[in-house]
Amino acid sequence: MNRTLALAGSLSLSVAAATSVAADWLQFRGPQGAGSAGDANLPIVLDAGKSVAWKGDLPGRGLSSPTIIGDRLVVTCASGPQLDRLHLLCLSTTNGTRRWERQFWATGRTTTHEKISAAAPSPTSDGERIFALFSSTDLFAVDLDGNLLWLRGLMRDYPNASNALGLSSSPVVADGVVVVQIETDGDAFVVGIDAKTGLNRWKIERRKRANWSSPLVLNAADGKHLVAVQSSTGVTALDPATGTEVWSYKDGASTVPSSTVSGETIFVPSFGITALVPQASGQPPRQLWRASQLRPATASPVVVGDHLFTLNDAGVLTCAATATGDRVWQLRLKGPFSASPIAAGKHLYLVNEEGLVQVVNVEKPGGEIVSELPLGEAVIGTPSVGENGLYVRSDQHLWRLAGPPRTAVQ
Amino acid sequence: MSGLFNLSPTKKHSLNRGWAGVLIASFPAVTGSFPAQAADSVESIRVIRALGREGEGNPAAAEAGRNLAAGGPETLPVILAAMDGAGDLSLNWLRAAAETIVDRALAQKLPLPVADLGKFLLDTHHNPRARRFSFELIARVDPSTASRLSAGMIQDPSPELRFDAVQKLIDQATRAATEGNKAGARLLFQQSLQFALDVTQIDLIVKKLRESGEAVDLPYVLGFVRQWKVVGPFDSVGGKGFAAAYPPEEKIDLSAEYQGKTAPVKWRDWTVKDDYGSLSMNEPFGSLKGVAAYAWSEFEVSQAQDVELRLGSENAWKVWVNGQFIFGQEEYHRNKAIDQYRMPVHLNAGRNVILVKVCQNEQTEDWAGAWDFQLRVCDPSGAALHSVGDKPSPTLGDTKAKP
Repeated sequence: MNRTLALAGSLSLSVAAATSVAADWLQFRGPQGAGSAGDANLPIVLDAGKSVAWKGDLPGRGLSSPTIIGDRLVVTCASGPQLDRLHLLCLSTTNGTRRWERQFWATGRTTTHEKISAAAPSPTSDGERIFALFSSTDLFAVDLDGNLLWLRGLMRDYPNASNALGLSSSPVVADGVVVVQIETDGDAFVVGIDAKTGLNRWKIERRKRANWSSPLVLNAADGKHLVAVQSSTGVTALDPATGTEVWSYKDGASTVPSSTVSGETIFVPSFGITALVPQASGQPPRQLWRASQLRPATASPVVVGDHLFTLNDAGVLTCAATATGDRVWQLRLKGPFSASPIAAGKHLYLVNEEGLVQVVNVEKPGGEIVSELPLGEAVIGTPSVGENGLYVRSDQHLWRLAGPPRTAVQ
Repeated sequence: MSGLFNLSPTKKHSLNRGWAGVLIASFPAVTGSFPAQAADSVESIRVIRALGREGEGNPAAAEAGRNLAAGGPETLPVILAAMDGAGDLSLNWLRAAAETIVDRALAQKLPLPVADLGKFLLDTHHNPRARRFSFELIARVDPSTASRLSAGMIQDPSPELRFDAVQKLIDQATRAATEGNKAGARLLFQQSLQFALDVTQIDLIVKKLRESGEAVDLPYVLGFVRQWKVVGPFDSVGGKGFAAAYPPEEKIDLSAEYQGKTAPVKWRDWTVKDDYGSLSMNEPFGSLKGVAAYAWSEFEVSQAQDVELRLGSENAWKVWVNGQFIFGQEEYHRNKAIDQYRMPVHLNAGRNVILVKVCQNEQTEDWAGAWDFQLRVCDPSGAALHSVGDKPSPTLGDTKAKP
């Protein structure tokens, strides 16, 4: 039996999604990268006077999503004339005060598209440490008090690993390994870095083609995990301990929006959306359905209950059945969107590039825009959710949106 | 926006007498506890400066970093001095240790050694980033003094320190213009142009001067190489031209005739007219696809020196200096920016040969037509260097052009 099959046999192919409410938001799009805050108690009727619990200044530009560990909110920024000063900040979720800040000098190239900056990938955490990657391929590990544990300058080791538009793939951490996906036209690889030491555990070469999507962590048996990496070639599930391929879907996938997992199904931006269920034998995952009309643009899809939601280039939100991919309804929102939607209860929170927060009740027939709140600044990054709060960041500020208990406004 | 690409990934450094000397000198006076604490710090700094490839040295650096970070504020000048000659990764370790010390000291209301930090800041032989860091530490406890110091740093070798000083002049010029003092504004913009290193600042200043009727040779100010010989097109169908070593890579013979993609090709002279130094191969060769071309130039300096080649391109490219391959990137139509790639190279006294290969792929989108690059030579601070004999030709330029 080859190693791949052996691994497939030892790892359950269940990809049970995290559906419970999680207090921590440890990575891009939260638990399992699904963009779902479960039943988090977020404000529904947004109001400029009542919904902004606090608004804090940021020292530089960025579109990374905040990572939330307890009452610590960690966010990255880039500043300076060359945008090569890298910031890692920890704020109090309660009032936005700064707990600590670390600044570093970029050791790799920081050229990006003018809309973004080096602070594009979102930091991730295993609950004890914070791992912050920047488009310059600088990667820093700090403890929860900001003490530096290790650092890497991946462009120092792999000098062609840059994209002149910028890199945005957010790292994940699984089973003690930080998995970083760096895929560009000049070099492409996924590297597993020991979360404690910063040393390479493994590194696998990938097709040299620019890719901005982020890996997903999938639950496996015995408390272990798989990491699914997406690219133009498809989706490959890796054992984070070794980098060994466990299964692969090879029909190709988008290089911008990332996949979403719900229950045992992975919804891949591939020919619209392709719904996959991994199999027990290490064979390619079983295709449940493929729906070309569900074509996400920049934003990643999200699941609420039995429905999947995608945003297209025109700012149209499409609702489809997760079981079949059949379209249920469409709702035109005020776009365009770079940020991915976040789900909480029966509501979606969508922030367009002008900073307009739109709350949509997806249980209403055809969907219903419940409220809107203009933040007045461009927002590119995906919001994060902490206990009873939605966190939105721009190039200058970070907002905590919170409000009265949901029961009070229903 | 840019990022330094160091062709020699972080080297292991032997113990440097400079920072060790600062450390040994500082402890008896400040703490009276030399040598035990100093010896620990010497070893910690040595470990941090010895980082290797692919994370090698991180575990030891973590312990060394904790050791350094446990020191008092009196150790800050030592840590700053240890940045001299350190690799970029080590700089970040040292910075993190110093920030930890400062945060703790300020939380405990302990004073920072401002006099020593100032002494370090004003010694321009120290690492430019370390000096800027020192400035920022002073600014945290004495922003008024820091602001006054900043105004005097108009010729500072640290790009960040100079940026702020130049910005003060630009702001003054802008205010003068707003108040209707056109002559004063022009003078202040002229003065700021004498010292500006930052491309965005230079660009702004030149636009303002040209709007006032003053001709400026912007590509000369920025130091773009404009006199080239070019040859092509060579075959790059399927992208093969990036890896293929056509005759100019083997030997430079400016009188030679080569077999090109479809016909024999010869070197020809080409002068770049673009305000931002962009050599578009579409001009001499036409808007072709699946092609590669070479550009050759000489850069003469009076003394041997270490410089930076700074290149921008949205095509795949390679560059050689004096026959030695420096770097290349196989990426098409993502983005182009001035100073996108920064490559430290050594120039010999006299003439140095720069050879650039730039490839065009076969994308057909209307935004994939560019087949060009821009290249300038700078000192490590970003100040433009000119080949001996290069002279400016001031123009009013195209103020609508974008860098």
